[in-house]
Amino acid sequence: MTARVVITGIGIATPNGFGVEDYWAATRVGKSAIGRITRFDPTQYPARLAGEIRGFDARDHLPGRLIPQTDRMTQLALVATDSAFEDAGVKPGDIPEYEMGVVTASTAGGFEFGQNELQALWSRGSQHVSAYQSFAWFYAVNSGQISIRNGMRGHSAVVVSDQAGGLDAIAQARRQIRKGSKLICSGGVDASICPWGWVAQLANGRVSTSENTERAYLPFDADASGYVPGEGGALLILEDAEAARQRGAENVYGEIAGYGSTFDPRPGSGREPGLRRAIELALADADAEPSDIGVVFADAAGTPELDRVEAEALIEVFGAAGVPVTAPKTMTGRLYSGAAPVDVVTAVLAMREGLIPPTVNVSLSPEYDIDLVTAQPRTAHVRNALVVARGYGGFNSAMVVRGTDR
Amino acid sequence: MSQPEFTVEDLKRILVEGAGADEGVDLDSDILDTGFESLGYESLALLETAGRIEREFGITLDDEVFIDNPTPRELVAAVNAKLPGSVAA
Repeated sequence: MTARVVITGIGIATPNGFGVEDYWAATRVGKSAIGRITRFDPTQYPARLAGEIRGFDARDHLPGRLIPQTDRMTQLALVATDSAFEDAGVKPGDIPEYEMGVVTASTAGGFEFGQNELQALWSRGSQHVSAYQSFAWFYAVNSGQISIRNGMRGHSAVVVSDQAGGLDAIAQARRQIRKGSKLICSGGVDASICPWGWVAQLANGRVSTSENTERAYLPFDADASGYVPGEGGALLILEDAEAARQRGAENVYGEIAGYGSTFDPRPGSGREPGLRRAIELALADADAEPSDIGVVFADAAGTPELDRVEAEALIEVFGAAGVPVTAPKTMTGRLYSGAAPVDVVTAVLAMREGLIPPTVNVSLSPEYDIDLVTAQPRTAHVRNALVVARGYGGFNSAMVVRGTDR
Repeated sequence: MSQPEFTVEDLKRILVEGAGADEGVDLDSDILDTGFESLGYESLALLETAGRIEREFGITLDDEVFIDNPTPRELVAAVNAKLPGSVAA
C-alpha cells in the first residue's frame, strides 16, 4: 500500500495576501493586486504592470545574519516556511533531522541579488562583489537556506521547470515521503521584479504590454494578450498521513492524491501537445474519474495559442463545460515556481469553504467551451481539485488535490 | 603625520555591513578574545569581511588570515601590521 501524503502546514506570500488568512480573504472575493511596478521605475520598459508584494521588510522577520546573504525570493521563502511550520504545529527538532527534507522549485533564482553584485562588478570591480553571490543567486538556494535554518538534513533538492516546477517539486516531495522521509517542506517562491529580472522575463515574448490593470492579463478572453508577472509563492509542510495522525497534527488541509507530467513534442511536429496526457496521468494516479474532479485551477497562460491548448485538453478530458475552471492567478499575476503551490493552497481552502474563487476581469471567449468561473465566486461542494501548471519550453504538470472530510 | 589604524570598531562595523550580526551575540561586549566562530560567523562571512577590509584599507591579506588569527584581537593586530607606517609593512 502506498502511503498517503497530506498537507499539514501552509505558508504563503502573494501580492494579494501575506499568510493564509489574508490571502484567502482577498482571493475568495476576487481582490486583485496587479498594479504599476514600484520596485523600480518601469517607464523605459515595454511592460509596466506586475503583481508586487508590498510592505515586506525581511528585517522584521529574519535574523540579521541572513539578510546580507539572501535574495528577496529567499527571504520570502524563509518567512513562508516559518509560518508553515507554525501552522503545522511542528518545531524543527521535533523530528530527527535526517527524516526531514526540502524540495523547492525555482524559475529564476536570485536575480535582484545578482543584479546588485553584477552592478558592483562592472562599476567598482571584482573586489566589491559579495562572497554570498556564490550561492545567493542559485536555483537551489531556497532549499538550502530552508534546510539550514530549520535543521532539515534529509533528502533535499530543487526542480527547475518554470511554472510546472511548483507541482513537480511537490510530487518529488511526495515520492520522498513514500520512500520513508517523515516530513518534507515543499513549494516554490520566485521574486525577480528588478530591471535584470524584468528583461529576462520579457524575453519570452508572452508578457502583456497593456497598461490597464484590468485588461492586461485575460486568460481565455478574446482579448488575451499575454500575462502579468508577479512575485511570491507558497511553502507546504507535507507528511505521511499516518505519521501526521500519530503526532496529532491538528490541521490536515488535504492530500496530494495524484500527479502526472509530460513534455511537449517538438514545435512543428504536428503532434498533440502533452497537456491532456499529463491531466489523464494525474487522474489515473489519483484513481479518480474526470467526474470526481469538482474544480480545475487552470494554468491560464493568457496567450491565445496556449489558452486554446489548455481549453482543448480540458474539453477532451472533462467534456464541453464539463467542470468548473478558475484562475485566481489573474489577481496576482503569474508567480512562476510559486504559482502552482499557491494554486494547491487555494484548492484546499476552496474545498474547505465550499467556494471557488473567481477568475477576475475575464469575459470568456466564445471560442472556448469551458465552464470558467468569472466575476463572482461560486459555491460548490468539491472533493477533488485539479491543478494544472505549464512551464516555458514544453513542461506540463497536473496534480489532483483531495480535500479532507471535516 | 597621523597613521591609518584598523580598530576593533572598524572590524565590528565591517562584519555587520558584510555579514550582519547574530542576535544571540552582543558585539559591543568584550569580544576581543572570542573566536569568530563563537561570534556567529562562518567561513564565507569571514571571506566577505576580509574582502571588505582589503578594499577599504587598500591592503592585501593572506588567504589564511582568519585561520591564523581566529579572534578579533589577533586579526586587528594582523591587519595593522599590513598598514603603511607599521613596522612590519
